[in-house]
Amino acid sequence: MNFLAYLPLGLAGLLGLSLAAGAADTPMYAHGLLLFGFAVAGVFWVISRDGDMGGPAVVREGGINYNDAIIRAGVVASTFWGVVGFTVGLVIALQLAFPVLNFDLPWTNFGRLRPLHTSAVIFAFGGNVLMMTSFHVVQRTCQARLAGGWAPWFVFWGHQLFLLMAATGYVTGVTQSKEYAEPEWYVDLWLTVVWVVYLLVFLGTLWRRKEPHIYVANWFYLAFIVTIAMLHIVNNLAVPVDLTSSKSYSLFSGVQDALTQWWYGHNAVGFFLTAGFLGIMYYYVPKQAERPVYSYRLSIVHFWSLIFLYIWAGPHHLHYTALPDWAQTLGMTFSIMLWMPSWGGMINGLMTLSGAWDKLRTDPILRLLAISVAFYGMSTFEGPLMSIKAVNGLSHYTDWTIGHVHSGALGWVGMVSFGAIYFLAPRMWARERLYSLRLVSVHFWLATVGIVLYAAAMWVSGIMQGLMWRAYDALGFLEYSFAETVEAMHPFYVIRALGGVLYVLGGLVMAWNVYKTARGDLRDERPYETSSAAPAAAPAE
Amino acid sequence: MFDHGKLEKNSILMLVGILIVVSIGGLVEIAPLFYLESTIEKVKGMRPYTPLELAGRNIYIREGCYNCHSQMVRPFRDEVERYGHYSLAAESMYDHPFQWGSKRTGPDLARVGGKYSDEWHSTHLIDPRSLVPESVMPGYPFLAKTPLKYTDIAKHLETNRMVGVPYDDAMIEAAKADLEAQVNPDADGVEAMQERYPGAQARNFDGQPGKPTEMDALISYLQVLGTMVDFSSYKAEENYR
Repeated sequence: MNFLAYLPLGLAGLLGLSLAAGAADTPMYAHGLLLFGFAVAGVFWVISRDGDMGGPAVVREGGINYNDAIIRAGVVASTFWGVVGFTVGLVIALQLAFPVLNFDLPWTNFGRLRPLHTSAVIFAFGGNVLMMTSFHVVQRTCQARLAGGWAPWFVFWGHQLFLLMAATGYVTGVTQSKEYAEPEWYVDLWLTVVWVVYLLVFLGTLWRRKEPHIYVANWFYLAFIVTIAMLHIVNNLAVPVDLTSSKSYSLFSGVQDALTQWWYGHNAVGFFLTAGFLGIMYYYVPKQAERPVYSYRLSIVHFWSLIFLYIWAGPHHLHYTALPDWAQTLGMTFSIMLWMPSWGGMINGLMTLSGAWDKLRTDPILRLLAISVAFYGMSTFEGPLMSIKAVNGLSHYTDWTIGHVHSGALGWVGMVSFGAIYFLAPRMWARERLYSLRLVSVHFWLATVGIVLYAAAMWVSGIMQGLMWRAYDALGFLEYSFAETVEAMHPFYVIRALGGVLYVLGGLVMAWNVYKTARGDLRDERPYETSSAAPAAAPAE
Repeated sequence: MFDHGKLEKNSILMLVGILIVVSIGGLVEIAPLFYLESTIEKVKGMRPYTPLELAGRNIYIREGCYNCHSQMVRPFRDEVERYGHYSLAAESMYDHPFQWGSKRTGPDLARVGGKYSDEWHSTHLIDPRSLVPESVMPGYPFLAKTPLKYTDIAKHLETNRMVGVPYDDAMIEAAKADLEAQVNPDADGVEAMQERYPGAQARNFDGQPGKPTEMDALISYLQVLGTMVDFSSYKAEENYR
């Protein structure tokens, strides 16, 4: 079976060498070498595994030989990239408050680091969390080992290589300038290969299932994988200047390019950060609460209406621009309708806690999952509100948008991911429990207070700036120069960075907790009293 | 009655169902933009970027300027008074990719061309706070020190032609010469360059003697932004969409 790993690795190595040899520019040369290095390291890695494609931490007689090693790798990668992504976010937040931190260098300026932050949190942290949880959920709900031999490992490592190429590209100035689709053409092609293998591994595992029905979480993962493939391919259509050049020109221009980009951009939110993470909600919330999903019928309605409506919402990013009015109005209408399936999903998630609400006091992991769904409800209410043209006229181009995105990203995506990581760590390493549940609670509060500071600061600065831009004095002149609005935002940028500090600290606490859990340590701490521990059971003094 | 169980038991049916459902929105909203003639307004004055402007635009993209500067003036009283005429779709029809942006940490740049002197731009790009104390913009002193790489500029024009920008053979052939002429107002090739690119300005944009720098290219791009369309002949009421 190993030749199935060596052959593609050999091809990748050759491709890497030839790209490096013929490169027209330094980034292409470096990325060619990187691909070559990846292939060589891959060959040695496969040899060192000696045919071991990964199994559970403790093999049980008659148990299914789940590939849990890849989930453990996913926990480590998600935690690592989470901390990196949050930290870069903090750095650029500080740059906006204190511009001297740009250092006037090409590699450290805000314009190059901001895509590094967005890609690190969306595709590195979020992407690894999605791959990790989808590989876990699909194995458990299908009662089958992950399909494809080495293929899942190619998906895992291939994704890390994509992230490395994207990140090193940004800081050296390789970018398409399409938001959340900044990687250049050759990096996009690499991701396409990784993604197709990902889809095949996922489908292949579904085909091995022992249950006739595909569990609802897997519908969401499937929709996430195929829709992202569609969006990624169409939005990144471009013609490279040369096959040896890292620069390309988008196939589309102007208004068509703008709507294609925001069709992609909004659905990166809709399918990467929503549908995929709803898959997480539909498995881990019921598991942790030990309650079935609230309504199966609601899941069906929620699923189809969500994926149908989301795809229309892109034009609300282009209100009052040169996009034709009919498209703007259509985008707004569907964005408002999107409120319904979004809240359907929120209700289905929260109501799953029916009869288990008391656990929120004693189970900080469930608390993380529950607050994530609450944040999901909050930001999916704010989103449709902001898509109304009259509101958007004020909010667009301001920090209100940034605040909205972060209440979704930090609150929903971040919190539900933390919940899944804490759920998986003890199980995948076969530990009795997490190193510390008290530290989960510390993380919960650091993150929650961080989000509150962040979102509140951005609401105030965004709405304030929007109002200042359109303010007129008594004589009918514009009241503020642009520079005055920038100056007014400074205190809010400092508060926002403070919120970021708390969120990064929370990430570090999680990394420590995961590390100690993997090692098998148990913190000596006061356990949470469960409601079953009746007073009568208390030992006498 | 439709039985959802069929979809739940067959992954391929599920997959096809998903693909159909997620395709509809994009097809209805995006596809018409490629064939509805009203999508792009009829205007006079739009021309492809000169080789120098194109190189400058690539630096604008490389440094991620779009992260903080929009190029899209909305049709609001305050925006029109602050920045100028609201932006038209026609003004970005040769932009591969578009640079409309989504955030104004700094002001809109759709009509920044001609508003400030070249010297203001170079001073501001090197040290923004020397001119605007409140600014939070990074400094880009390295642009003035970095010679522009343009040996393959003809290939860039050719690639743009492949995706639909009307560069003709003469433009591609003269790309390198045109680029050099545009930073040297005394050069012989200036008139020929301006004939190919009506209205293009030839100046020593960075104010330094010698070879073209990245600063030259970026300022030439900034100075052409929003200046191409002839608004005296533009009829808004004929272009409502």
